[in-house]
Amino acid sequence: METVKYLVRRFAFLVLVVFAAGTLNFFLPRLTGQDPIRSRLLDEMKNGASFASGISDLVKVYDEKFGLDLPLWHQYLNYLGDMSRLDLGQSFTSYPRTVAQLIGDALPWTVGLLTVTTLVSFALGSLLGALVGWPKSPAWIRAIAPPVFTLAAIPYYLLGLAMLWLFAFELHWLPGSGGYRIGTIPSHTWKFAFDVLQHSVLPALSIILSSVGFWALSMRSMMVGITSQDYVAMAEAKGLTNRTILVRYGLRNVMLPQITALALELGYVVSGTILVEVVFTYPGIGLLLFNSIKLADFPVIQGIVFTLIVSLAVATLILDLALPFLDPRIRRRA
Amino acid sequence: MADATIANTTNEPRKASGSAVKEVLGYLRRNPALAWGIGLILLLVLFFVFATLQVSSFTEYRPLSVRPRLPPSLQYPLGTDTQGRNLLALNALGLLGTLSIGLGAGFIGVVVATLLAFIGAYFGGRIDAVIRLVVDIGLSIPTILLLVIIAIAFHGLTLWQMALVVSMTAWIRPTRIIRSQVLSLRERAYVEVARMSGMGGLEIILKELLPNLMPLIFANFVASITHAILASIGLEALGLGPADNPSLGTIIYRVILYQGIIQGLWWWWLAPIVLIILIFIALFLISVGLDELADPRLRTTS
Repeated sequence: METVKYLVRRFAFLVLVVFAAGTLNFFLPRLTGQDPIRSRLLDEMKNGASFASGISDLVKVYDEKFGLDLPLWHQYLNYLGDMSRLDLGQSFTSYPRTVAQLIGDALPWTVGLLTVTTLVSFALGSLLGALVGWPKSPAWIRAIAPPVFTLAAIPYYLLGLAMLWLFAFELHWLPGSGGYRIGTIPSHTWKFAFDVLQHSVLPALSIILSSVGFWALSMRSMMVGITSQDYVAMAEAKGLTNRTILVRYGLRNVMLPQITALALELGYVVSGTILVEVVFTYPGIGLLLFNSIKLADFPVIQGIVFTLIVSLAVATLILDLALPFLDPRIRRRA
Repeated sequence: MADATIANTTNEPRKASGSAVKEVLGYLRRNPALAWGIGLILLLVLFFVFATLQVSSFTEYRPLSVRPRLPPSLQYPLGTDTQGRNLLALNALGLLGTLSIGLGAGFIGVVVATLLAFIGAYFGGRIDAVIRLVVDIGLSIPTILLLVIIAIAFHGLTLWQMALVVSMTAWIRPTRIIRSQVLSLRERAYVEVARMSGMGGLEIILKELLPNLMPLIFANFVASITHAILASIGLEALGLGPADNPSLGTIIYRVILYQGIIQGLWWWWLAPIVLIILIFIALFLISVGLDELADPRLRTTS
């Protein structure tokens, strides 16, 4: 019964976040009292539709839903309706492509980059933090800790800029821009896969380098708390090996709050990745956002913001629901 | 030295300002993180002072005011960019701009957070529940995305509008932390005593809760500045920065936009990156030092 209640509450919260994302997306751009999308569309029409022939069609469709003759609440309901059907509208600058198509093209790149870097840095950082917080770990681990912690204070993309200069411009070791070599056609071959891999090394490395320290910091402070617990002293008294105590008594206990922290910080990771993609012109969501801002392509910007907020909310939900399976203490309580 | 110790043991109010300075310095020696953090901030101040002395006119931050693409020299210690800006003038003003945005937004954020925490604690019930729900929703939306949506509505922000935009998200995290601390303080015995002795809710907040919360509020102020600066630089690097006022993030935006790295103009991107990194490390060290100041138990770790 308790479990059902929790599930219902948790899903209700997800719906609320999605609703909030749609509402903010609708009202925040209209803060100035006018609709920037509309004025931009009309501007383009006056300029003789420099970029797309379908501009007058766009205006007609747009006016049906968000025209000035409709009251604001009606426009708002129309917008929420569109969002709930995942109809993100039309792009101004890539007409006739829809926002959903543009995002669909970019999303796999970002998801791939994010998944690999988050898993690697989370695992590496947690391990490093645990070892730094453990009194009996070797001295060299303590020695590498301060520089790694310092890297955590630097935004990913600034590290990315420095790495772009060093490895792509100065040393020519790795490609520094794009998702694959210009002129190749994406295909399911090993050669293309290797090319993609090569292009994602630098973006991935800059994210990993600056986020390892973050996970290590949070892990270390939790580990320090564990070492003073009575059950650790008991385990030592029983004569268990140092390694067994670290893994079975230390790591097992702090992994749970660490995973909770992952759920909380996912948003920060995503924000950081956006600008890393821009620095390396990596063809993901971040670069699409950057280019759309440059071209003032508002529907694409709004679509990206909406998509990212919803995907993050779903990812957090999945992590929250997975926690009981990882920790018997929560399972029993539920 | 001997006088100072005697004065301390007899609990007399300290008169000489020299002993206060000595005490602060003594504390800083015991709290190296705080000392290094403050030292880095002083280094940034020194950089600005150097720029004021060296630059012939700060208006050279504008494009087309000096010869473009010059590497660092005695005349232009940080070189010039592709559009003819004096990079020393630009970076010094950018540093000032970025720090102002951070301080302004951080201050608004922490004041709003403290007010919301007390409003929630004072009225309780439904109002508190709403505040908690809004904070929870706010925390699950990445700051930068919210700010992008706000920023596209405005064309060409000024520095203070930028601070205002950033502060719209700067209150969320501190509200959560301060609120939970207020809730825990409310149950303490001394608040109970104050309540029984007939103090009103507002009086308790001002006389009992607020003084005890000051260390936490101050720590959150620093955290709030860090988040505000991070968000503002991110927003500027995406091309949504203030139009006319220089800021460090806008320099980064131009480096990305005009491919300053591929062009080999290392002096263009090195200075703003170093300045931004120094700001973040300084704020990080100060927050570590403040944690230690507020919670002496943390000192056992090292």
